[in-house]
Amino acid sequence: MNKFFVILSHTYTNRIKSKAFIITTALMVAAILLMTNIQTVMEVFQGDEDEKSSVALIADEPEASALAASIPGGEIYEGEAEDAKKSVRDGKFDGLLVVEKGEAGLPAGHYYTDEFTSSTDQEVRQALQQVKMNAAARQQNISGEALAEISTPVEFETTALEEGAKSEEELNQARVIVYIMLFVMYLAVIMYGNIIATEVTTEKSSRVMEILISSVSPVTQMFGKITGVALVGLSQFGIFILSGIVGIRMSDSSENSLIQMAGLSNPDWGIITYAVIYFLLGYFLYATLAAVLGSLVSRVEDAQQTVTPMMMLVVVAFFFAISALSNPNAFYIAAASYIPFFTPFVMFTRIGVGEMPVWEVVLSFGVLVGAIILLGVIGARIYRGGVLMYSSSSLWKNTKEALQLSKKE
Amino acid sequence: MLKLDNVTKKFGSFVAVDSLSIEIPEKQMFGFLGGNGAGKTTTFRMILGLLDQTEGEISWNEGGIGYDQSHLVGYLPEERGLYPKLKVEDQLVYLAKLRGMNKQDARGEINYWLERFKVPDYRTKKVEELSKGNQQKIQFISAVLHKPKLLILDEPFTGLDPVNVEMLKEAVKELKEKGTSIVFSSHRMEHVEELCESLCIMHKGAPVVHGKLKEIKRSFGKKNVQIEADFDVSFLKEEEVVLHYKAVPEGATCQIHKEEDAQVLFEALQGKGFVRKFEVEEPSLEDIFIEKVGESYE
Repeated sequence: MNKFFVILSHTYTNRIKSKAFIITTALMVAAILLMTNIQTVMEVFQGDEDEKSSVALIADEPEASALAASIPGGEIYEGEAEDAKKSVRDGKFDGLLVVEKGEAGLPAGHYYTDEFTSSTDQEVRQALQQVKMNAAARQQNISGEALAEISTPVEFETTALEEGAKSEEELNQARVIVYIMLFVMYLAVIMYGNIIATEVTTEKSSRVMEILISSVSPVTQMFGKITGVALVGLSQFGIFILSGIVGIRMSDSSENSLIQMAGLSNPDWGIITYAVIYFLLGYFLYATLAAVLGSLVSRVEDAQQTVTPMMMLVVVAFFFAISALSNPNAFYIAAASYIPFFTPFVMFTRIGVGEMPVWEVVLSFGVLVGAIILLGVIGARIYRGGVLMYSSSSLWKNTKEALQLSKKE
Repeated sequence: MLKLDNVTKKFGSFVAVDSLSIEIPEKQMFGFLGGNGAGKTTTFRMILGLLDQTEGEISWNEGGIGYDQSHLVGYLPEERGLYPKLKVEDQLVYLAKLRGMNKQDARGEINYWLERFKVPDYRTKKVEELSKGNQQKIQFISAVLHKPKLLILDEPFTGLDPVNVEMLKEAVKELKEKGTSIVFSSHRMEHVEELCESLCIMHKGAPVVHGKLKEIKRSFGKKNVQIEADFDVSFLKEEEVVLHYKAVPEGATCQIHKEEDAQVLFEALQGKGFVRKFEVEEPSLEDIFIEKVGESYE
């Protein structure tokens, strides 16, 4: 057991000190700080331009003044339409709105602009729509109050009758959290799976492996390494989360939509607990697979190739999970949630967005733990033979050869 | 005492080691000889428990060799390998820890061995910056750092220049005197002849010669006569007592059955001219190997 920790701490400190780790962590932290403060950043870059946006208006009264008031940067243009168009081309105005009397004497607009930036286009259209509605109302002798009443949105509420069911708002919040967690898991499995496979292959290709496994049993060595890298991952994500919190504090805006949507200001601890459990179980399952795959090749160049099947599993799992987001109770989703390599993703999503009976959750833990133990036992045998093997045939052949090496006859 | 009792290892239908029985007493040096694919490395891996034997028993001091005894065992694998990016000291400390040493003791031993091998300034260098031969010294240190009781060296001298071979030989002899049992394999017969009390020659997985060096030579029952003369001695080929004739520069080496047969050769040479050398000597391991296996292994 003591040697387990020697390997664990060696793996951990070497990783933490490595340039690759420091650089990726620094880059990710920078990206997180940027993302959480995206609004501030965007304002810095576009601040000036926004104020300059201006729309020239050619229209008759009273539409002209109404539009000038409701379109930001709207300005009544005195002169010919052709001159106004020229000014738009010269960049004096962002656009030109020409309003004429259309069908039934109602105002109709033609908008000229250099570039279609949907936001100004929309603003102008909305303003004109309002003006048109008012004009139409006047024509039909409808009073202002009546019009206001017509245009008020209907009151609409949904209540789930099943007990404990999530409200639409909660569900949306859960979806965002689940989505983020899925993405984190996906990233983590790919990143750390790769690291483990590469580490194992590096030790093999530098031939230090034979010394290692003559000192420590290959199984201890394998799990020491996996746990070491797991701690590296947890540290790294710890740093990410911390920088996320710092970033949110820095942005100190209550209107930060992403954070609001995910309910991060008031997190649902239940779902986060599940996320951590599935994350860890999923990690160990995939990491064991990665270590075993890494033990089957002898050159670092081949390590990338050998983890391809694992990557495909992760991608498939991820797609199942994404489809589970909108359809958590479909049969194929339910079935997929019990296939060990998919469970951490799919079952977690089902818990996040649906209602899961406790026994299903417990069963999925059981499936995962069982799969980890099974893979650990088989994997340890393949690993034991694999690390002594330096041939380079197909993955399947290598697996058979490795199993034979660790066998007695 | 390390004891291998009728040990067989099969890989599928291929027999890598075939009913090997040897005993290696305490505080002795035991040599494994054999060409490539003779089963030396496989035998070592079985002794270390990296591979399971198909049949037979391996025991050390009446017990098995498990990972709980790994602090008593040192191993220099045939395929040299260290972490290329790690500094020599960090590397050795890590490997020593895996053999159950603590950091302080490991540091002390590292200093001692680096000084002894005259490379103290390598401590803070990365392994990849060292030459092959120096990497091998570091690797040797990693095998002996924790003062093992059983030291297994797979081809320890290959790839070293003569000065370093001597340095390593001295170290190995000293370890033996301090009470370490040493098992080593080699391509080079002369290393085994020089260092080992007992040996085993493997060929295609089977031991063809096994025992104490002196006894093997005595029981071989054949002697070599080295002759150097100013005239052509090839007529000796026709002598009945000559079992094997080999021409060498300025003379020949004749293999004979017993010492008395040398007399016949000596008489045959009489009056032919000036004989600079006539010497009866023990057979070399090489001769024994060729005799037993029927072919040269190199």
